[in-house]
Amino acid sequence: MSVLIEVKNIKTAFGDTLVHDGLNLHVKEGEIYGLLGPSGCGKTTLLREMVMLQEFDSGSIKILGQQIEHISEVKAQELRRKWGVLFQFGALFSSLTIAENIALVLNEYATLSKKMIEEIVAFKLDLVGLKQSDAFLYPSEISGGMRKKASIARALAMDPKLLFLDEPTSGLDPISAREFDELILQLRSMLGLTMVIVTHDLDSIYNTLDRMAVLDNKKIAYEGSLEEVTSIKNDFIENFFRERK
Amino acid sequence: MNNKFLKLDYDKGVLTLVFSGELTLYVLQEVQGYLFQQNISQSKKVIIDLQNITYLDTAFALFLSDITKRYHSQVLCSNTNYLHTLKLVAVHHEGLNKKYNTHKRNFFESVGKSFCKNYLAFLSFMTFVGKIFSSFLLYLKNSKNIRYKEIAFEINESAIRALPIVALTSFLIGLVVAYQSAYQLRLYGANIFIVDMLGLSIFRELAPLITAIVIAGRSGSAYTAQIGAMKITQEIDAMQTMGFDPYRFLVLPRIIALIITFPILIFVADMMAMLGGIIVAKVSLDITPSLFIDRLNDVIAIKHFYVGIVKGPFFAFLIASIGIYRGFIVKDDTQSIGFNTTKSVVESLFAVIVCDAIFSIAFTNLGI
Repeated sequence: MSVLIEVKNIKTAFGDTLVHDGLNLHVKEGEIYGLLGPSGCGKTTLLREMVMLQEFDSGSIKILGQQIEHISEVKAQELRRKWGVLFQFGALFSSLTIAENIALVLNEYATLSKKMIEEIVAFKLDLVGLKQSDAFLYPSEISGGMRKKASIARALAMDPKLLFLDEPTSGLDPISAREFDELILQLRSMLGLTMVIVTHDLDSIYNTLDRMAVLDNKKIAYEGSLEEVTSIKNDFIENFFRERK
Repeated sequence: MNNKFLKLDYDKGVLTLVFSGELTLYVLQEVQGYLFQQNISQSKKVIIDLQNITYLDTAFALFLSDITKRYHSQVLCSNTNYLHTLKLVAVHHEGLNKKYNTHKRNFFESVGKSFCKNYLAFLSFMTFVGKIFSSFLLYLKNSKNIRYKEIAFEINESAIRALPIVALTSFLIGLVVAYQSAYQLRLYGANIFIVDMLGLSIFRELAPLITAIVIAGRSGSAYTAQIGAMKITQEIDAMQTMGFDPYRFLVLPRIIALIITFPILIFVADMMAMLGGIIVAKVSLDITPSLFIDRLNDVIAIKHFYVGIVKGPFFAFLIASIGIYRGFIVKDDTQSIGFNTTKSVVESLFAVIVCDAIFSIAFTNLGI
C-alpha cells in the first residue's frame, strides 16, 4: 500500500497564535483516515492546507506524489481534479440544480455528449443513494442529509482517488448519520477511494475509521489505529473515548 | 483506421474491440466518436478486450456497459479492479432507463402561471402592508413600545448620511434644468420667466423625485440587503423565538425614520436645486439673486412648496416598505439577495412614479 498523503513538520500560525507546531502524519492508499481533536485545535485548518485553500508557514505536504508547497499552477489544477472535497455545509452552488452541480466539472473539464453527461450524473446519484427525481431540485429545496449526499456526488463526479470530508455527519440526525457512515464504507469498497475525514462523531469514528490522528495542543497526540488509542495518556483522548472504554 | 485507445479486429464475423491505455472520461468522447464511425452493428459477435488497459474510470465503464448490453458482447479482462468497476456500473445501470424529463410548458400555461405568481406576490405584499398597520396600531397603544433608539439610529443611517448626496444631486439637477431652459428663454427675451419655471418644476416635481431616486437606490436597497442577510442567517427567526417582534424592531423603526426625514430631505433638495438655478440665472441670464428671490415671492405661491413636501411621507412609506418586504422574502440561497435588492429598487421607483402621477391628477382636480 503506497502512501498518498505525507505531512511533514507542518507549522501554522495565525498572527501570534501558533496553531500547528510540527505536525507529521501519513495516509495510505485505500484507508479511511480520521483527523480528531478538540474544537479549535486546527483540524479543519489542516484539511484546508491539504487541499490548497490555505497556506502553511513551514514544513511540507506531499499529495499523490506532488509537493504542494512549491507547485506550479498547471500541476495544481491537475491535482485538483484528482481529489474531491465535501465541505461541512455541502457548499452546493445554490443557483444550480443538483444535476447541474454534479455536471459542472464534467462540462468544464471533459468533452462529453449531453447524453453521456446525463448518464454519468444519474449514475453518481444512484451511487450516493439519491433518487433520479431529485436531480432537478435546487439545494434550497432538499434536506440536510440529501444536501450532503448531493455534494458527495459532486465530489465524485470526476472519479477522484482521494476524498476529503469535513465533518460529514455534523448536523445530521443519528439515523442519517449512520446511513452516511454506511455510504462512506460502501463508496470505499466500490470505488477504492482513500478518504480523509475531519470528525467529532464518536459513532462514525468507530464505524468508519481505519486509522486516525489526534491533534491536541498544536501537536499530533496520537497517530494509529482505533484499538490502541485508549491506552494513550492524554486528557482529550481520555475524555473523548471514555464512554467507549 | 486505428485509434490510440481502441483497435478493431475482425475475425470471421467476430469483432474484437481491443482497448488500451488509460480509459477515462477525458478520452471518452473521442473513443465514442471513433466507434460510431466504424458501423459495428453488422458483426454477429462483439468481444471487448480490456487486457491492455492501465486504468478504467466509472464514466468509461458506463459506456462499456452500454455496448455490452446492446451487442450482448463478452468482456475479456483479468484485472479484478476493472471487473469490479464494470460490475458496479452494470448494477446501477439498471435504474437509469426511466428517463427523467423536465416538464415543458406551453404559452398559455406559462402566461397563466406567471399571472398567478404575480397576483400571489401582490397579495403577499398587501398582507405585509396590513401587518405594518396592525403593528403600528399596537405600537402606538403603549409609548413604551416605541423604539426611540432604533428610530434615531435609522434616521442617522438612512437620511442624515444621505444628505450630502441628495444635496449634490439636486444642486446639479437645478443647474442643468436652469441652464437648458436659459438658452430657450433668452431667444424670446423671456429671461425672468426662468424663476416661474424653476419654482414650479422643482418644488412640485423634481425635488421630491430626485430625493426618492437617491433614497431608493441608497437606503431602500440597503434595507433589502440587511434584512435579507438576517433572514439567511436565521437572525430573524432567532428574534422571533426570543419574543422580539421583527415588525417592531426592524420594520417600523425604518419606516418611521424615513417618513420623518423624507420631507426634510425634500426641503434640502428644494433649496439646493434653487441654489443651482440662482447661479445659472446670474451667470447666463444676468438676473441678480435678489431679483430672483423677489420674483419667486411674487409668482410662486407657497402651496407649490407644500405640494412637494406632502409627497415625502408617501414616497418614504413606499420605498421603505418595498425595500423591507423584499428583504423578508429573500430565500435561503445566495442569488436571492442580489435579485431582491435589484427588484426592490426597480419596484420602489416604479411605485413612487405611479404615486406621483396619482398626486398630480388629484391636485389638478382639486385645483391646487
